[in-house]
Amino acid sequence: MPPDEPVGSTGRLSRLRRTVEDNPPPGPFRPGFWRSPLRGPWLTAVLGSILLVGVTILFVTGLLSYAAYNPELAGNDTTPGHGLLGFYLFDWPTRPSWLYWLLQGTHVILGFVLIPVLLAKLWSVIPRLFAWPPATSVAQLLERASLLLLVGGAVFEFVTGVANIQYWYVFPGSFYALHFYGAWVFIGAFVVHVAVRFPRMVTALRSRRLRGELSTDTTHTHPEPPDPYGLVSTAPAPASISRRGVLGLVGAGSLTMFALTVGQSIGGWLRPTALLAPRGQGTGDGPNDFPVNKTASAVGITAAAAGPGWRLELRGGDAPVVLSRDQLAAVPQHTANLPIACVEGWSTGNQEWSGVRLRELAVMAGVADPASVFVESLDDGTFGSTTLRGNQVLDADSLLALRVNGVDLSLDHGFPARVIVPNNPGVHNTKWVTRMTFEA
Amino acid sequence: MRRIASGFATAYGAHPLHLLSLLASFALAGYAAVKLVPQGFVGVAVWFVGAAIVHDVVLLPLYGLVDRGLLGVWRHRRTRAEALPAAPWLNYVRLPLGLSALCLLVFLPSIFELSGDSYVSATGLSTQPYLGNWLLVTAVLFGLSALAYAVRLQRTRTRRPPTGPA
Repeated sequence: MPPDEPVGSTGRLSRLRRTVEDNPPPGPFRPGFWRSPLRGPWLTAVLGSILLVGVTILFVTGLLSYAAYNPELAGNDTTPGHGLLGFYLFDWPTRPSWLYWLLQGTHVILGFVLIPVLLAKLWSVIPRLFAWPPATSVAQLLERASLLLLVGGAVFEFVTGVANIQYWYVFPGSFYALHFYGAWVFIGAFVVHVAVRFPRMVTALRSRRLRGELSTDTTHTHPEPPDPYGLVSTAPAPASISRRGVLGLVGAGSLTMFALTVGQSIGGWLRPTALLAPRGQGTGDGPNDFPVNKTASAVGITAAAAGPGWRLELRGGDAPVVLSRDQLAAVPQHTANLPIACVEGWSTGNQEWSGVRLRELAVMAGVADPASVFVESLDDGTFGSTTLRGNQVLDADSLLALRVNGVDLSLDHGFPARVIVPNNPGVHNTKWVTRMTFEA
Repeated sequence: MRRIASGFATAYGAHPLHLLSLLASFALAGYAAVKLVPQGFVGVAVWFVGAAIVHDVVLLPLYGLVDRGLLGVWRHRRTRAEALPAAPWLNYVRLPLGLSALCLLVFLPSIFELSGDSYVSATGLSTQPYLGNWLLVTAVLFGLSALAYAVRLQRTRTRRPPTGPA
């Protein structure tokens, strides 16, 4: 190219650019491809505002669930490399006893309830994915990269969560690490998205009255006025459903998800209503008929190992104390009504546990005011051992339970003895306990 | 100061705060992503990007096509049929179909017993009921929708005699 024609070459470049901009590839890149008369800033803003509240609750309950594991204590951390992402961790309380049940039930049920909302939201903005040209400035380019983290992150978090509670371990690695760090990858993009779009969302919400939309039928449903964002169709088809119809469809989807999952978190007579949720079935095991996290056979516990030869060893004092089950049963027994609540969102509902108070065992071990106790099980796999903090040992309802609902524990529920602590994540209520090491 | 900001905005395409907040979010994502390296970074990245792609270019077009097909049948019937329905039936099919498909999508691993032994051995429960339960839920959804449509049809007929297309 001759060096004396710089103006001409930039001219050619901008002409080329204009040609590309004016000639989008066929199909979804053409504005007339998207014909739904319902897409528009108002509908997107309604769905977005629901997700804004919902996803915030999911994130906070998720963080709290991690704190509930007391990851600072030895052996408890499922993501030991968390670094600054564990900045908020605090000593997990034992009261109220139903807190973990509420938080984790909310986390999982709300996750299901938000799936139809997320799908509808993504449907409402899909034309933007094919916007042409893909970006007209550096700002837009960066924002689109951020949207990949937002959408990819959202779908990733939902899919890993939904697959994990159904025991479909297809994801590439440990669920805890993927779901926890994935949430942090997602949340930055989420916060920026909310910050950038918030004014637009408020304007769009004010552009139509919700009450008006809820009383408008299909015949009277017309597209929103043309918008600068490319959401409103330039060639809208006649409406085949109203906006209230679409919101009703999404709401019915959420209601269906709620109805099919809530039973496994409440338990009792509601459990069988959780027709598709993983813990809707009963075990048919009499007083022991409530869900089992891991059966004895799954972790290789035999009736013989938990038989008459079983002993509990208490350590921490000058010399170890060894007790048989009969000796434990002779110690004053305490009864507590407590639920087991699993990270997977299901719960046993309140069961009547009876056994020896952990603080009594601490005294017997010779450590009356322990800072922690390391609990070991016959199960030496993941979550086979747990460290409980002092406040968890000293709570009056924290037990090494021998019986439940008036009968001996079943082998699946941890016979000969298991830990039950108020407001403790399910897997930290160690079953088949063999050794407890109290630390002053 | 404002002139510097507006000069920046022309070159960049948005307010400087836009750039700062995006860079902060990328840095946070990077910090968390590094923690995922031990999990097998490629696998995780494929899952992250794949999740967005599978939704955007497989799932969404798929249900869009099904809906377009349904809409095509409905419009076709509407113009050709002699006796038109007194009330449009389209959304009475869309609703139960959509909800049933949602249940299938969300509980796919249970319905098709994809978890294999890991569910059965951990929980002591069976994966067998789920396909039947999904069909049961589907039956109830379509049944309720049929009932609602019958009521709607009845009310439309009693309110105004059939004079033309609904």
